[in-house]
Amino acid sequence: MLDPPDWPGHDAGQHVDVRLTAEDGYQAQRSYSIASTPEDEHLVLTVQRLADGEVSPYLVGELRVGDELELRGPIGGYFVWDVPLGGPLLLVGGGSGIVPLRAMLFHRAALRSSVPVRLLYSARTLADVIYREELIGVEPDHQGADIRVTLTREQPSNWRGYAGRIDRALLEEVAWAPSESPLTYVCGPTGLVEAVASTLVELGHEPRRIKTERFGPT
Amino acid sequence: MTFSRGFHGRRRVDIDPARVPPGQYVTEDFPVLSAGPTPHVPLENWSFVIRGALDEERTWGWDEFQALPSETVTVDIHCVTKWSKLDTSWTGVSLDTLLDGVDTSAEYALAFSDGGYTTNLPLEDLRGGKAWVAYEFGGEPLDPEHGGPARLLVPHLYFWKSAKWARGIELRADDEPGFWEGYGYHNYGDPWKEQRYAGD
Repeated sequence: MLDPPDWPGHDAGQHVDVRLTAEDGYQAQRSYSIASTPEDEHLVLTVQRLADGEVSPYLVGELRVGDELELRGPIGGYFVWDVPLGGPLLLVGGGSGIVPLRAMLFHRAALRSSVPVRLLYSARTLADVIYREELIGVEPDHQGADIRVTLTREQPSNWRGYAGRIDRALLEEVAWAPSESPLTYVCGPTGLVEAVASTLVELGHEPRRIKTERFGPT
Repeated sequence: MTFSRGFHGRRRVDIDPARVPPGQYVTEDFPVLSAGPTPHVPLENWSFVIRGALDEERTWGWDEFQALPSETVTVDIHCVTKWSKLDTSWTGVSLDTLLDGVDTSAEYALAFSDGGYTTNLPLEDLRGGKAWVAYEFGGEPLDPEHGGPARLLVPHLYFWKSAKWARGIELRADDEPGFWEGYGYHNYGDPWKEQRYAGD
């Protein structure tokens, strides 16, 4: 959670560049999606710690309350959603790819928008589901969003969501009909994004209505 | 300069720092970044065209394109998302070959791709042994995820200028911003000057 001075505001789906500087002047920078909505009081980044990462282990393990961070942003104007873009909206996320979709989902809720939205989120296990309470908790407040989660590796015995990777059958069930001309955002690891975007095109979705953001652990 | 308390970083000792532009880190992977679905065009429907400010449009079908003199080059590539990949090997046709004998007053080029992607660059950056249309990576046909069947390769600029799924180049008198250039990324994109975003 950050309080950047003179933050100009952002659109749901944008990211920031974070730059770290060691005492000898060595620098490393990476991009992170913004998890907070434009309406939220603080700027929130959700960072997945990569075991062999250079910047994420620092952000997750070393950074403390009160530390300063060098930020640049907001960046990116394509993988963003705002109410005038309409819908119906299909958000498909894998792993930490949920982060920019979370900003879109709760931006829509904050504005009490009636744009229909479905979110399909793939995580390994229930413990890996980021924003679990917000998304599938007891009293989620997301303005009637239709939220579906699939767990690919392990499901609790009382699990009522989906199991397994997102495939054609699951997309046929969850995605809007192509005739409804949905606006789709897919974010996650390369393999998932490639598979989901290609399958949606095969199912008849308009390629230019499918926006993607891929990231690998690099 | 603000120091990041407790940050030491992970310097690569096996890489000559002079080969890595500011703000970049070297990766062995080949990350994929695209704004939309990967297009799949059958080779029999594929063509590459040079159009715009020239007397006669030039078009090659896939077989004709393969029959053009090719070059294999080993270059370093730099993505604006901070990764660099060193010593990548590509085979393709030099833009010098494609533009050979073209008499044009155009100063700019707009590359265009399947899927609607575009990117702009000064025409002089495509000439003089600096740019190719590549169809092989590491001796293998270029993977669709990485821009196959053929992509632009302009390694001296950030890699978004190396348009994936390239289908042609429009020669223009004026400079028309391409896809990412219209979303706040730098118009030219020199990695050595760290020209990532508009205003850099």
